[in-house]
Amino acid sequence: MSQSADIIIIGAGIIGAACAHELARRGLRVLVLDAGRRAATAAGMGHLIVLDDNPAELALSQYSLQRWRDWGRDMPADCAYRQNGTLWLAANAEEMAVAEAKYQVLREQGLDCQLLGAAALQAAEPELSQTLHGALKVGGDGILYAPNAARWLLQHAQIELRMARVVEIDHRRVRLDDGAWLSAEVLILANGVYARELCPELPLQAKKGHLLITDRYPGRVNHTLVELGYVTSAHNASGPSVAANIQPRPTGQLLIGASRQFDSEAPEVEPWMLGKMLRRAVDYMPGLAGLNAIRAWTGLRAASPDGLPLLGEHPQRPGLWLAVGHEGLGVTTAPGSADLLVAQLFGETAPLAPDAYLPQRFLGVAAHA
Amino acid sequence: MKVDILIIGAGPAGMAAALAAAPSGARIALLDDNPAVGGQIWRDGPQAHLPPQVHEQRRRLAAQSTIQLLTASRVIAQAGPKQLLVEDAACARVIEYDKLILCTGARELLLPFPGWTLPGVTGAGGLQALIKGGLPVAGERLVIAGSGPLLLASAATAQANGARVLQIAEQASWAAVAGFAAQLPRWPHKLLQALGLWHPGYRASSHVIAALGDSHLQAVRLSINGQVKEVPCERLACGFGLIANTQLGQALGCRIEHNSIAVDNWQASSQVDIYAAGECTGFGGSEKALVEGAIAGHAAVGDLAAARHLWPQRQRWQGFARALQHSFALGEPVKQLATPDTLICRCEDIALADLREHGGWTPAKLASRCGMGACQGRICGAATQVLFGWQPPAPRPPFSPARIDTLLQLGQPE
Repeated sequence: MSQSADIIIIGAGIIGAACAHELARRGLRVLVLDAGRRAATAAGMGHLIVLDDNPAELALSQYSLQRWRDWGRDMPADCAYRQNGTLWLAANAEEMAVAEAKYQVLREQGLDCQLLGAAALQAAEPELSQTLHGALKVGGDGILYAPNAARWLLQHAQIELRMARVVEIDHRRVRLDDGAWLSAEVLILANGVYARELCPELPLQAKKGHLLITDRYPGRVNHTLVELGYVTSAHNASGPSVAANIQPRPTGQLLIGASRQFDSEAPEVEPWMLGKMLRRAVDYMPGLAGLNAIRAWTGLRAASPDGLPLLGEHPQRPGLWLAVGHEGLGVTTAPGSADLLVAQLFGETAPLAPDAYLPQRFLGVAAHA
Repeated sequence: MKVDILIIGAGPAGMAAALAAAPSGARIALLDDNPAVGGQIWRDGPQAHLPPQVHEQRRRLAAQSTIQLLTASRVIAQAGPKQLLVEDAACARVIEYDKLILCTGARELLLPFPGWTLPGVTGAGGLQALIKGGLPVAGERLVIAGSGPLLLASAATAQANGARVLQIAEQASWAAVAGFAAQLPRWPHKLLQALGLWHPGYRASSHVIAALGDSHLQAVRLSINGQVKEVPCERLACGFGLIANTQLGQALGCRIEHNSIAVDNWQASSQVDIYAAGECTGFGGSEKALVEGAIAGHAAVGDLAAARHLWPQRQRWQGFARALQHSFALGEPVKQLATPDTLICRCEDIALADLREHGGWTPAKLASRCGMGACQGRICGAATQVLFGWQPPAPRPPFSPARIDTLLQLGQPE
């Protein structure tokens, strides 16, 4: 069978697009197949954020943020890239101590950050509750509109985007739902939560999230506002949880999150969860209650057991490369994920140590060694 | 708040449903997003002249102590099983019900054409509503275009308030219009209505091409039976037909057929204890809405004999509805009016050229922001359905823009 391209990527979300972009830049012919299903890139907040739950997460997000800042200079306006910074909000003295510890960690990595006391926080964001103790400001964080950023990354003469659903992967070829087979030297699986359908052995769990957006209220909020409890209340919980996350969009709208559910993959907006999420946001920003909401929606994050993505060749399926399991951090870490994957493909030294992200940590060692 | 019967929409269908259900003694709430009952067709206002029948209906409603009117109220979300979250200007509340009757009516289909967003251009029904609400039109020159009997009704309202109607452009052919008129003797009251509304400027096989002007409407370019003609005027009212408001029914899981809420002989939807009546089950005018509403009201309180008694009357008006829909089906020319730079989404300023490349509503919305503005796709979603055949997705809460304060009332699952 003749090859359809040098590389076939399954999934045209932000991860697939970033991989395609990097491969095309190196002169490879890339065919990107997308099934047009609802997925995380379209549903997410587009928050570019440094997270430091563990050193590997910090390294990948910090590296990727720098890449977004570089790309940000060239991105068209409809990608809505802004470097507006994140404020991590401390509700009490205990959380203020967490903010200080986080400050130390990020400063050691050379990140632009700053501790704000209660008064400085009020001055920076007057809409916030006056009961807050302070905040950590991370200046290099940003926002973008991920669906258009993915489209921008795919605009390259070496990249062909085709709307098609892959139903089977067999060695170095894929079968589409119309029965056609396509082949390439390398296949990259980057279709988020749907990767489980093609590769059931992947340890991915869907975590449903709700989001809501308001009408336009320009100038009310400047930074992306995230409660420090985010780390404990949303990230590490096993039951349904919410955390305040308020993001000003360039349109003047406010995007409000966040929720996490493990037991529901249904696309419906669940009113009780929406109410719970909004009550949390209003605790932090009381004036939100008087604003008009215009739309709510949900999405699924594809999470790995340790919260880090799987980036590398499948140990038992040579030719199949994985770029999945980014949970809520896919948009942030897309550039770093692509660089890590492509460096491994080309046998080059990766810009970051790849070990923490290798699929082997869940899938075992190579069967073909 | 808990009621036996909650009726959404206080137009002809909702009013009739409430009055039919009331003798049972059931506690009834009748909710509408307008400040007064009457719906679109019997909208009240300083320049409205409502038929005596409407005043009678309103008196009867007010006389029933078991019927609570909740005007200027909107349904925002399903708060739980048989519970709707409702918002008005002052507050929000959850209403529990045993039976729900959806009488959510229809809205105007606005099809984009060059200049359709200029001040001075409105919907045909929209102009009627504005005039009833007090808009002065005396001495203004008016052109009306689109399809269906609403064009004549809109012209009559404008003329009664002193406007000069220069032209009425009906897109359907003379054969279709004549075929419809020939059937009217089956509904003598409608025939008389039509005769009373007849206008010398009425032309079939005619449609708008463009609204002309810089900052406001100055003239209209029309195709009158194939001939292009420019008519200087201050106002253009366009009505391309009605679209059933099915969103709430769809959100509650009711089956939708032919873009309407599907109902059985009892006006029951596919969902247990949810009924639907009037334009949301397929447009056909106030007479159909009244009888369907009454059937739904009787059926909801278990008075099946009274409901069945009205079936022949419903059949008669459903026949009228079929004749209407058949005669004034939209032809291809009015679906091709927009040019590449014509705005399709007014809220977000998205032009036809920005949309056409996309394969459906969701990808187009994600890439262009079409439908993401204040109206949430109510206008452009319907337009793209006609233009490209795109199906809008199932509605999600909040069903209408709502105060976040209202949404805070959404509680834990049962």
